[in-house]
Amino acid sequence: MASKKRIIKVVFLLPVIVYSIFLIFLPLLYIFTISFYKSDSYGGMIHTITFENYWELFDAVYVKIFLQSFIIAIITTIICVLIAYPFVLAVSHKKKQTQQVLMTMVMVPFLTNSLIRMYGWIVLLRKSGIINSLLTGLSIIDEPLPLMYNNLGIVIGMVYTLLPFMILPLYSSVSTIENSLLEASSDLGANKIKTFFHIILPQTFPGLFNGALMVFTPALGYFFIVDILGGGKIMILGNLIKNQFLTARNWPLGAAISVTILLIITIVILVYRKLGGKMDDLGGV
Amino acid sequence: MKKVIVKLENFSKKFGEKEIIKDINLEIYEGEFLTFLGSSGCGKTTILRSISGLDTPSSGKVYIDGEDVTNFEPPQRQVNTIFQNYALFPLMTVEKNIAFGLKMKKVPKEEIQKRVTKMLDLVHLNGYEKRKPKELSGGEQQRVSIARGLINNPKVLLLDEPLSALDLKLRKKMQLELKQLQRKLGITFIYVTHDQEEALSMSDRIVVLKDGRIEQIGTPVEVYENPKSLYVADFLGEANVFKGKITDRNNKYTLVTMQDGSVLKCYEKQFNLEDMVSLVVRPENIKINVKNKAFLRGKIVEQVYDGAFTKIHIKYEKQIVKSMISGNDKLHQVGDEVTISWDIEDAIVLRSEDGE
Repeated sequence: MASKKRIIKVVFLLPVIVYSIFLIFLPLLYIFTISFYKSDSYGGMIHTITFENYWELFDAVYVKIFLQSFIIAIITTIICVLIAYPFVLAVSHKKKQTQQVLMTMVMVPFLTNSLIRMYGWIVLLRKSGIINSLLTGLSIIDEPLPLMYNNLGIVIGMVYTLLPFMILPLYSSVSTIENSLLEASSDLGANKIKTFFHIILPQTFPGLFNGALMVFTPALGYFFIVDILGGGKIMILGNLIKNQFLTARNWPLGAAISVTILLIITIVILVYRKLGGKMDDLGGV
Repeated sequence: MKKVIVKLENFSKKFGEKEIIKDINLEIYEGEFLTFLGSSGCGKTTILRSISGLDTPSSGKVYIDGEDVTNFEPPQRQVNTIFQNYALFPLMTVEKNIAFGLKMKKVPKEEIQKRVTKMLDLVHLNGYEKRKPKELSGGEQQRVSIARGLINNPKVLLLDEPLSALDLKLRKKMQLELKQLQRKLGITFIYVTHDQEEALSMSDRIVVLKDGRIEQIGTPVEVYENPKSLYVADFLGEANVFKGKITDRNNKYTLVTMQDGSVLKCYEKQFNLEDMVSLVVRPENIKINVKNKAFLRGKIVEQVYDGAFTKIHIKYEKQIVKSMISGNDKLHQVGDEVTISWDIEDAIVLRSEDGE
């Protein structure tokens, strides 16, 4: 009987196992391996073992791109937190049905291609765009604001695209807080702000961390947002990797950058867990 | 003259169109153990939440210690609530849970420490300081929540069915502990329950609620022995109800004739001839086969032995008369034809309610 159960278990897990091996593990292994190869001048790879690609990353040009990417990703994450928390707290006080409608609306943008949505933002943000026309038309400003083709445009695009990834895990952890806890806190003399910092924040920290990871990591890599709203002047790690693979045809260097990012994110997670952080509800709704 | 600590004045509460509480006026005295008793949906929890500030009345006023607090937020009120599900903060230790109220008031650390230790003593939880709520049993969690409320020296402690999640034995134990705690501290306890036995055994006064109105206020003895309505009689303990019409009266007795022609004697002075009344007799006052006393005749249909008592159900006409005999009753058996009687002063005379 036990062995029969085991077989059924394996059969059901098979798709996941196949998926994980062929689409996650093997490609990662390949990237990891070629990051130690050397590129020749024709876009091919020489099969040796060298740390040259990693050393190259300490070049000032790359360090600058690393820093710039991290700053953009951190700012994006912070803004997402600042928008998502009030939103999620407000939603959690609504009736169950209203909550479902609002949370579905958070998901609606996913139904459209994100590239098209980025072009939509151009219509809103450009010098002659809707926002600037409106503001100049109402004589609130004289000159159109530079809303895109700069870091601001990139951050707007990133926040817009990644906000749902912050909202969903945060919502799922906020909705586990029983209302009576908030009432007890108020009953014991805590105002709303104290209740937030003493009760809500500690209890939703796993959701917050999950959300932050799910915003921060893609924000390092979404090169199309930078391409469209950054106007080609700014580069983040995503652009760099794309260029190494497609334009410069230096696959080993591109792979080394990818591995470095993976390493940094892994270290962040390990430190967080070492400090006693929990991440048991990875964005489940 | 007792001091009024909480006062409800023309208190009403509506949820949408539905009126949950209808114009209640009530004074609660300092140091008393007052219980709101009623079935679910009678509005008892709503009253409690309006005293704590978690709800506000739709109209009327709430006073605490003479001050109109109707529009005060919960942190501004010197009352604390014990919640039905305890509502302990899951990530904090027992110690931190209890200290929470004082920490919010920015009481110095050393004093918090001292008072937490005192509270742990009071609820017999020394040594549990560093545990998390998850590691405690239901009864222990409830004690923590009581300590967490009491440490703030509230003028009133509000308890919302605090024992309903515990098993019977623990519930009885906690009832006693709560009562002793209240007597020892002299703090006003306002207690909400649907359990009539709990209300009777703990309270100084009971407020019986029905559909958002006060049906009767009184000491446990008053509401049990002199219920003002059939509802109260039936809600508190078990009641045998005999309906009839007053057909005759003299200086001593009133005679009530029932539908089957049986005539019952009772003492009362407030009704008139021809009035429809109900005689209420508690099961413990029903007597079986007493010589020369046969008010009614019936047949035993059920006999339940439950240790301290034997419950006997006697079928009389269309109704079941319940009787309770202490100990194991060996005299009677199912199927026996018996006579039913009671001491005349044990029959409570009430006006028959419409439609009943």
